[in-house]
Parts: sequence; C-alpha cells; structure tokens
Amino acid sequence: MTYIAKPKFHHPGLKKNELGYTHRDYEGKISTLCAGCGHDSITASIIEACYELSIEPHRVAKISGIGCSSKTPDYFLGNSHGFNSVHGRMPSVLTGANLANRDLIYLGVSGDGDSASIGFGQFAHSIRRGVNMTYIVENNGVYGLTKGQFSATADRGSKSKKGVTNTDNAIDLVAIALQLGATFVARSFSGDKSQLVPLIAAAIGHTGASFIDVISPCIAFNNHAGSTKSFDYVREHNDAVNRLDVLVGRDPIAVDYAPGTVQVVEQHDGSKIALRKIDADYDPHDRLGAQTFLARHAAKGQIVTGLLYVDPDAEDLHSHLNTVETPLNSLEADTLCPGSAALDKFNASLR
Amino acid sequence: MSDKKPISSVNDFVVRFANVNGSGSASANEMFARAILRHGVPVSPRNIFPSNIQGLPTWYEVRVTEDGHLGARGGVDMMVAMNPQTWDKDVAGIEPGGYLFYDSTKPMPSTKFRDDITVIGVPLTAITNSTYTDPRQRQLFKNIIYLGALSALLDMDPKLIEQLIGEQYKGKEKLLSSNVHALHLGRDWALQNLKCPIGLRVKKSDKVGDRIFIEGNSAAALGAVYGGATVCAWYPITPSSSVAEAFTAHCKKFRHDPETGKAKYAIVQGEDELASIGIVIGASWNGARAFTATSGPGISLMTEFIGLSYFAEIPAVIMNIQRAGPSTGMPTRTQQCDIIACAYASHGDTKHVLLFPEDPAEAFEFAAAAFDLAERLQTTIFLMLDLDIGMNHRLCRPLKWDDAKQYDRGKVMTAEMLDEGRDFGRYLDVDGDGIPYRTYPGTHPTKGSYFTRGTSRDRYARYSEEGSVYADNMQRLVRKFETAQDLVPRPLQANAERPTKYGVIYFGSTSPAMDEAIGLLEARGHQLDRLRIRAFPFHSSVASFLAEHDFVYVVEQNRDSQLRQLIVNENGIDPVRLVPIVHYDGTPITARYIAKAIGDHQDHLKVTPLRKAVS
Ligand SMILES: Cc1ncc(C[n+]2csc(CCOP(=O)(O)OP(=O)(O)O)c2C)c(N)n1
Ligand code: SF4
Repeated sequence: MTYIAKPKFHHPGLKKNELGYTHRDYEGKISTLCAGCGHDSITASIIEACYELSIEPHRVAKISGIGCSSKTPDYFLGNSHGFNSVHGRMPSVLTGANLANRDLIYLGVSGDGDSASIGFGQFAHSIRRGVNMTYIVENNGVYGLTKGQFSATADRGSKSKKGVTNTDNAIDLVAIALQLGATFVARSFSGDKSQLVPLIAAAIGHTGASFIDVISPCIAFNNHAGSTKSFDYVREHNDAVNRLDVLVGRDPIAVDYAPGTVQVVEQHDGSKIALRKIDADYDPHDRLGAQTFLARHAAKGQIVTGLLYVDPDAEDLHSHLNTVETPLNSLEADTLCPGSAALDKFNASLR
Repeated sequence: MSDKKPISSVNDFVVRFANVNGSGSASANEMFARAILRHGVPVSPRNIFPSNIQGLPTWYEVRVTEDGHLGARGGVDMMVAMNPQTWDKDVAGIEPGGYLFYDSTKPMPSTKFRDDITVIGVPLTAITNSTYTDPRQRQLFKNIIYLGALSALLDMDPKLIEQLIGEQYKGKEKLLSSNVHALHLGRDWALQNLKCPIGLRVKKSDKVGDRIFIEGNSAAALGAVYGGATVCAWYPITPSSSVAEAFTAHCKKFRHDPETGKAKYAIVQGEDELASIGIVIGASWNGARAFTATSGPGISLMTEFIGLSYFAEIPAVIMNIQRAGPSTGMPTRTQQCDIIACAYASHGDTKHVLLFPEDPAEAFEFAAAAFDLAERLQTTIFLMLDLDIGMNHRLCRPLKWDDAKQYDRGKVMTAEMLDEGRDFGRYLDVDGDGIPYRTYPGTHPTKGSYFTRGTSRDRYARYSEEGSVYADNMQRLVRKFETAQDLVPRPLQANAERPTKYGVIYFGSTSPAMDEAIGLLEARGHQLDRLRIRAFPFHSSVASFLAEHDFVYVVEQNRDSQLRQLIVNENGIDPVRLVPIVHYDGTPITARYIAKAIGDHQDHLKVTPLRKAVS
C-alpha cells in the first residue's frame, strides 16, 4: 500500500484567504480510512479551520500517536511536518517539540484508545502542564485500527462487534480535562462542521492546553448489531462486513442543530447518541459550573457539546518555566556554552 | 591488648565510616576526605548506602592513596564504628593490625572487640551532651567532633580543616564558628586523652596537583550544559537523579539571560520514563538538543521510543547511570550491566551507540560530545555511567573546553538549500555515509516538509511496506552505524613493557582498578597489553587488538560478561579466546580482585598446554 498524492492542479477560481492560500494548500494526502469514517470529517474541519484562520501551513507541527485517528495528520496540511509517534505517547512528543520551538502551532491528534488507555497518563500530564497545543481526540469508543476492541470511552453495557458486553465504566475525557485544569475544553461531533470548525479555530487561538473531544463514528466497528439499539440488524449482520477490505462505505454522518437543543444521532450500527449543544448564554468561564453541567446531562444520557470552558488569561508551560522568547532550538554555542573561563573557575571551586 | 602489630602506614590506608542513614554524617565524612586532599594526598572515597531514607546503615569509605590509586582497594584499616546495628560486621571487617574508633560513652563487653586490632574509644555522646542541649545539634556536632578526634589521631593539620569549614559556611558566621568549635572539642579531647598520632598518618604531599574532585553525574550534567542541551526531561531514579538535579543547578548558574532573567533551557520532570524520552524525542525532532538521565528500569520502559529514534532517525541522548539489576535489583549498588540492553534496545533489528567514560572528566567530555554525535548520526546516543562514577567523588584532571568549538548540528537542510533546488529526500543517502538530511519543522512554506513515522517508508519518507524499500532502508542504517565507528571516541591501548600474547579489555569505571591491577600482575610476572574500550560500535582497532593476542581477558562488572558477548557478536571472534573476568556483587571491582582472577588464570595457562587450559 502506498499513498496517493493529490493532483497538484489548482483551479484559478478557488477562493483565497488573507494569506492568499486556497483550501488546497491546507489539504494533505488522500485518506486511506474507510469511506464514511468520522475521522475524515474531522480532517475536513481542521482544514477548514486552518484556512479560515489564515495559518501558514508550514508553521504547524501535527503530532499523533498510533491508530486510524492518528493517521489523519497525513491527510491535512501537506506542507507541515507531521509526526506519527508511538501508541499513546503523542502528548510527550508534542510537549518536547513545543519546548524546542515555542513559535510553531502544535496540533495533537489522538484516538480514544490512544489517549484514554495506553496514553491516559500522558494525556493527563500534558494537560496539567499547560502545554500550548490543540489536543483533539477522535473518539469512536473502539479501537479502529486493531479491529473493534472496546476503548476506555466505550459505554458500560455496550456491545462490541463480536458481541462482547463492556462491563467497565467509561472514561469521560472532557470531565477529566476540566478536572486537570485544561484552560480550553470542548466537545463536538465529527459531523457537526458548523460547531466543530469554530471550536478548532478557537482552540488554536488559545494560549495553553486546549482539549477537544470529538465524537467520531467508526463505520467498520460500530457497523454491527448493537444489543438494544440496532437497526437493520439483518442487513448489516452478514459475513462480508466482517472483512475490512470489502467493507461497504457509508456516507459520513452530518448533523447541524441549534444551540440549546438536543439532537439524537444514529450511528452506523443504529446505536443512538443524544448530543446536547450548550445554550448561547452558557457561561464558559466557570470551571465548576461546566463540571456540574456536564455531569447533570450525562446522568440524562446526553453528551454535551460546545465550548464548555475557557480561561482567556491562561498561561502555558513556557511561561511556567520562564523560558526565553527565542525558540530554544535556534540557540547556538555562543549563547549556550559558558566557555572555558567559567570552566576554569568551576574547576577551581572543586579543589 | 593487641596481639598483632598495629598497621603503620603514611598516606596509604583505608578508613571506613559506619553510620546510620539520616544522622547527618555525610558532610563531616566528605570533609574528612577533602581535608586529606588539602594535604596534597589523593583520596578515593565511596558511598555505600541503602535504598532507603532513614535508619538503615550507610558507609563512607575513604581510600587514602599517595600513589593515586583511585579504584576501590578492599579491606579496612580503620573503622569509625558509629552504628551499633552493624557493629559486629564492621569490627569483623577490619584488617588484622587495624584500628577501631568508637563512641565509648557506654561501656561495652570485651567480647565486642578483637584482640588483633587497636581500639580507640572517645566518649562522643558524653562530650556532645555536655556541650549542646538541642537534639539536632547534638546529632550533627557529634560528627564534627569525631572528625576533630580523627584529625589528631591521623596527624592532620587542623588549619586545613578549618579552612574547609570556612569555605563551606562562608557568610554564615555562626555556623562557621560553632563547627570550628566542635572540631576542636574532639581534637583537644583526643590530644589530651589518647596516644596521638597512631600508626596511620597523613603527611603533606604534592600528589594532587591541579586535579579536581567531582561526582560523575555532576560532570556529565555540566557536559550537557557545555554541549548545548536546552531540554532535559527526566524521572527520578537512583543513581541518576543527581544528573538532572545538577543540570538544574548548573543551568541556574550559567543559563539565565542576564537582561531578562529568562531561562535558556527547559527542564521537565516527566510523569515517567516514557514521557521523559518522548519529550526528548519531540524536542530533538524539532531541532533542540535534548537528553534524559535514567537507570536500568527506566531504560526498560524507554525501549519502544528508542526503537523509534533508531528507525525514524531522531537524535536523542540518554545518560544511563547503571545500577545492579535485573528488575529493581540493588538500586544503590553499582554494576555495568545494561550493555546488551542498551546496545540492542527495542524490538526488531536495532543497534545503538554507547559511550563509556572512565571518570568524571570523560563523563563531561563524552556528555558534550554525545549531542554532536546524536545530531550527526540522528539516533540515540547512550552515555553509560554507573553508580560508582556517577555518585562518588573522583579525583580527575580538570575539565577542559575549547572556546573555538561550534556545535555539529549534523545534516540539516535549510530553507536556502531547499530554495537552491537541492533534492530533499528525508531518507536519501546523498553522501554514501548512511546519514540522510533532515529539515526542522517550519523551515519552508512549500518545500522540505515530511512525515515522521516509525512505520516503513521510502527514501522520500513516503509510507511504504514494499519489502525492497524496507530492506534498502535497513541497509542504510547499517551503513550509518559503520560511519559511527569513526566518529565515536577510539579505544586507548597501552602496551606491556615486553611483547606479550595476552591482552586485557576493559571499560568505564573499571579503569582505575585496572591500572592498579596491571602493577600487581607485573609483580606476579605477568605481562599484558591493555585496551580500554570507550565506545560501541567498536573501532577497527578492537579487531586488530584481538587478532594480535592469543587470549584477551575482558574485565567487567556484570554476571554474563556482556561486553564480551557484544565483542563476540560484532566481531565474529572465537569466544574461547576471550576470557571473561566478572565481578557483580554490587561493590566496585578492585585491583586485588582483577589481579587475582587474571593472575590465577595466567598461572594456569603457563603450566597447562594451551588448548587444554581453555577446553
Ligand atoms: C505499544 C502498542 N500497543 C498496541 C498497539 C496496537 N494498536 C495500534 S492502534 C491501536 C488502537 C487504536 O485505537 P484508537 O486510538 O481509539 O484509534 P482508532 O483506530 O479507533 O481511531 C492499538 C491498540 C501498538 N501499535 N503499540
Ligand atoms: S476502522 Fe473505523 S476508525 Fe478506522 S478508518 Fe475505518 S471507520 Fe475509521
């Protein structure tokens, strides 16, 4: 399998942003994910947000772990450096990259398996350190790339494609991020571009740790018969769909609903999720309020979406560490090395 | 009561302090070692401490050595027995004719002593209690009081100790005068009540020269400062924590912008070793010089990332301060036991560069060089220290730096180079040395970006699982490792006076013991050529050395003779010709041990036909 490069042809009539870049300049390779995967919709929203912000694509460093979701940085911002690191360890790699050069924009992309299981610690610690980044989890409740095992965000009682019931409690990454002191916390749905694009744009603009949990249906592994919620069980439950290579794609799920309303979204397997968009007059500056709001609606089976919390005066790790404005990676021997005279003095102090 | 003549020796003996951990004795004991240095007499001290904070036994050993032997000697000439818990063992460990110094406040039954040693009792508790009321003061000053008594017994110049106290408490007049007072309390009591000096004496000499006294970890950390490291991520683990702590202290001193007060470095205490190495890799990928310091268990955790560093070709520097393994092993005991684990760290076919400094001076040099190597070779470089050099003060040549030195940032393609139209393929071997060019993120709006991944890809960094593409890349990595041979520090050879067919290979902290052992072996009539290995991959001179000798001893501080395994593996040599000499009880290897092991083997070789001897 090799990657297919997108044709370079630019239509002269394509709309340009402030910097004169077109949409195309924010695209990457053609996706190799399943047709209809929610992750591709998130990719589209990232492209849109970066275009709208008139970001110079090469000033973005896009870093991910391992998983279908973590592959997506290859599908946007083709002129940026990307780093597909190791499973669950995106946050530390991003932290290091950020320490080396504070001038770039850091986009961390991860999956729920990546971030809520093997990388749960790294997720937590990068948030609590206040690394200046936009951390997006493409949350499908399953391990996509390893074919359908439960992730730690899967609901208790839900069934896997193989018919196994999940008996573990789910981790709500948004609740955790709020608790850990993230200074920008949001949740959205992959198909809700009108909500997701501005959230990504705002997160990129935020100085400090921004976290967005994006519910992102997996066509391959929630395309099965769920226990109670399934629809067209017979049609979907055949041998052919167990083989990824002949998987029939579906249209990606798209939703658009008004603030303050609840939207029930049917996933590929017929299971339903109730998304509740926060009201226009919701106060996102109240961390405690956000936590109770989230918990109250979770008790009703609703997944709250929107910008839940933001601290506009947040500081980032660099300010905690009081580092110089010049990126550390550009400092050379003349400023870094104390020199032989200082060494002679040091030697003298050791006699 | 002594039925063995007391040992009499000037500037050549071993004093061991047995204390209770947490009793505040460390600074007094270290001052004792420093005071001897001020007499111009070399010392080699060693901390022997438990992996616990309070209450357990701890020992501090000072080898006083006019001849400058810096390895451990073995045996104790004078025991300063301050720990009732370990009394019996401590008393038993004294060489016949040696001395026992103890607190005689409470009477002890005669069965607690030995007839063949000299017992020196000083009522330390009584003296302290009559002078101080505060319990903490009583505890701390008791240590200075015994230091004072020892100074009289060993004929040391009190002025030199006062000077040291003065330097230590500069600006803190009250502490200074009270310490000097305590010193003289002990000294005067000894002079008035005991026969001073005893057979062990310190006499002024001029054998220290301009050498410095420093711990390997501190020197390595300073090497990182001089080498231009700006990012350090670490997780506490004995015996490596003091590297990061020293780096922090050195940076505070040397790395703050004088105008803004801002830091030209970033230090993060990671949540674990996975995060620490991840931060290092992220920072290095983005063009900063970064390192972590850890020990065996940390290396185990880091291996997945080390494989990524190897395959995705991202620089990283790991300082591994080795301790006795496997698993938690003996956290506060020394070994050289991570050679194989580091040389081939991670799954799949990997090989990594290892540097083996022999002392703090080399730890400084190699640490600085590690950053050049990491960027030049775009891979992980291991600085292999161990607890014995890392956490003990060593006398070594002064640290040196050439101000003309610029950092070797390796093959980095800049925006200008890209604009010139240079062909950028992240994994293209343009120069035939196996080392490709990289670009830093953010370099150019349209050229030079690429996707870094641990997954197989072609020369232009395009994801590919084609067998031939994968093999091509793996072959280039082998070429790169061959290039490394000539970039790393070369082995140092020292030949015996007469031509010999026997050789010995050793490395790292074994060095001082080996230097001394050679003298002992010569005295037994054995001639050996020496090769000190300073890095892996092995330079071609290692193969020549092996070819030139019938038998080569490989001396190391681990059970399985790991360096020997590596040599056999990498040089395809008949293992029979490499004779393992191993020492792995967690204490530093001694000259006596090496000389006996090699000497006995040599004697055996001499009386038995060669083939038989090794069958
Ligand atoms: C150390 C390690 N363990 C396990 C794996 C196998 N693995 C690859 S992707 C993945 C899970 C991906 O799930 P998620 O992060 O939810 O992403 P998705 O594919 O669902 O988008 C696992 C377990 C691995 N690559 N590395
Ligand atoms: S397996 Fe699921 S997560 Fe992976 S690409 Fe397919 S739909 Fe997306």
